[in-house]
Amino acid sequence: MLKFEGCLAMISRRHFLQAGLATSALYGASSFGSWSRLAAQQRLTQSDLIGTSGPGTLTVIHVTDIHAQTVPLWFREPEVNLGVGDAVGRPPHLTGAAFRAEFGIEKGSALDYALTYEDFVALGRTYGRMGGLDRIATVVKAIRAERPDALLLDGGDTWQGSLPALKTQGADMVKLFRALGTNAMTSHFEFTLGIDRVTEIVENELGFPFLAANAYDTTWDEPAYPAFELFERAGTKVAVIGQAFPYLPIANPKWLFPDLSFGIRKDRLASVVDEVRAGGAEVVILLSHNGFDVDRKIAADVPGIDVILTGHTHDAIPEPVQVGQTFLIASGSHGKFVSRVDIDVDGGAMKGLTHRLIPIFSDVIAPDPEMAALVEETRAPFKAEMSEVLGKADGLLYRRGNFNGTWDDLICDALLTERDAEIALSPGFRWGSSVMPGEDITREHVFNATAMSYPQAYRTEMTGETLKTVLEDVADNLFNQDPYYQQGGDMVRVGGMGYRIDIHAKIGARLSDMTLLSTGEAIDPTRSYVVAGWASVNEGTEGPPIWDVVEAHIRNKGTVSPSPNTSVVVAG
Amino acid sequence: MDYTRRQTLLMALGATAAALVLPQAARAAIDEAVAAFTGGAEIGSEGITLTAPEIAENGNTVPIEVDAPGAVSIIVLAGGNPSPGVVTFNFGPLAAEQRASTRIRLATTQDVHAIAKLADGRFVQTSSEVKVTIGGCGG
Repeated sequence: MLKFEGCLAMISRRHFLQAGLATSALYGASSFGSWSRLAAQQRLTQSDLIGTSGPGTLTVIHVTDIHAQTVPLWFREPEVNLGVGDAVGRPPHLTGAAFRAEFGIEKGSALDYALTYEDFVALGRTYGRMGGLDRIATVVKAIRAERPDALLLDGGDTWQGSLPALKTQGADMVKLFRALGTNAMTSHFEFTLGIDRVTEIVENELGFPFLAANAYDTTWDEPAYPAFELFERAGTKVAVIGQAFPYLPIANPKWLFPDLSFGIRKDRLASVVDEVRAGGAEVVILLSHNGFDVDRKIAADVPGIDVILTGHTHDAIPEPVQVGQTFLIASGSHGKFVSRVDIDVDGGAMKGLTHRLIPIFSDVIAPDPEMAALVEETRAPFKAEMSEVLGKADGLLYRRGNFNGTWDDLICDALLTERDAEIALSPGFRWGSSVMPGEDITREHVFNATAMSYPQAYRTEMTGETLKTVLEDVADNLFNQDPYYQQGGDMVRVGGMGYRIDIHAKIGARLSDMTLLSTGEAIDPTRSYVVAGWASVNEGTEGPPIWDVVEAHIRNKGTVSPSPNTSVVVAG
Repeated sequence: MDYTRRQTLLMALGATAAALVLPQAARAAIDEAVAAFTGGAEIGSEGITLTAPEIAENGNTVPIEVDAPGAVSIIVLAGGNPSPGVVTFNFGPLAAEQRASTRIRLATTQDVHAIAKLADGRFVQTSSEVKVTIGGCGG
């Protein structure tokens, strides 16, 4: 729970279709509202969820940021998701009641459960877990039964985030997404497997294009991967351009892929768009891992893109967002949603589209037997290891939110206790499943929140001044007014220390009132503090893997009792 | 293990030595360098492009490219560096295009400036903010 000293301006619901018609001849409709009443009455059926096609015949299916979650899970959406600059109060920076008001969602409905955070526990018990690749396969097959040449595009962050994905170095996910019939993907955490493994997968295992217009070889400054793939579907030439996460070498360890450079490279994107248009593409789709706010700016800066399938920031938005002649689609994360987009093409150009954000309610959508068997096969070797019970949660464990989540509080507590530190730092990752109150915490849960290739839990000393510099820097990566300077993710989580933050201030002036919680004293810039953390991007970091630290802590505690975190005060 | 200060910052998921408000001296150094190049002439903003990353992947080698059709000379200045002069490109009359790229070192987050002298004696300039950060935790 955060204390707010200011409040966000809530904007009135924007009538998308009207706005779209007013600004251009394009239409961008959502068929999302048509079954929300059914959902509220709990008479949802699989066919209600999947729906029927729009007038467009070029069908695209989008999945992104699944983070190796192959079975249905709990995943609480953020309570705090603040926008800055032009993004204040605009999707995706709406939560709870503001989100419901913007999209006409009834409180307590299935969609409220799927898309917001309030009453998550009670609604979860009513509506059940979401996601699961076997359910996603059912949706994909149903769409393809009607539209056999529908394109399935994966926005990346696919090969990382679970124990099996970690232990097989992504082999399980590669196999499953190949079986799903994926036509192309782009990437982010994929590269944290190390460049040799990525190359092995791309060359020998993947079986579909791995696209990244913005990935360059540092030695020769040449494109490292194909920028686009041209498809001919429904009588239409469609170009899919890939855009990997631009800040991989900064936000993730560059030493794992030392010869690659990324960046936003909007001029490069513009030239690729020109190239595919010159090559006859009638529809241009950007399969992006930029993050939503970056893509909103790209849509304004780079002409000629019809649809941006956004990723990275894990936003699920029930309607397309139109910027000029471009539609942005946000399909959530962790397999909770699949987007279906039917693009209407006439005279060699997009006339409009319909979008349906399909929530994967695992109790409503039947598992596809073939995919269920494959998922089971990938999990079987690790089943005993994953299912081991470490303790119990007597409150909800979740991660998503700009400043803290109970999962991160638990990780920080583990670091403080097990590593005997005064202050703990845990990265602002947006991935990881939730654990319901009363549920056993298994090793699988811990890996869902921590599994990645640079897990060492370090212990070091930092001065108060260094701590301030670190937090200011991370805050600027999240809250810079210009989206091109944002890196996605959330604020680094802090244990043992409180602070006050004004997100709209400039770097160096956002944080104040840094306080050591154990003594209540102000952080002294000149004093050294013992700091423990994990996920350093520095090569050669030493320490036990974070999952061992967290497991030991949970075992010692037996029952974990998350309590409201009031140590971060958001001002402004 | 012992950590250097830089490693410590890296370890902590991100840090910068950013001083966003340029010290007076640095500002003056840029103004001086610009005045020396232009002789105090008026400076336009059309017809010059500076391509640089928004956030440097490595502050020690930041790739930049300048392009000013019709230029005889382009200077690049980085006011946040101990010495603001970075490079001067001169183009002879037979140069097919007036474009050059190189890698520069940036001490901190700052605006990089490029000023071109055109063949007709006019001057044009542009600038681009390059953020020098050590880490992040995007994901």
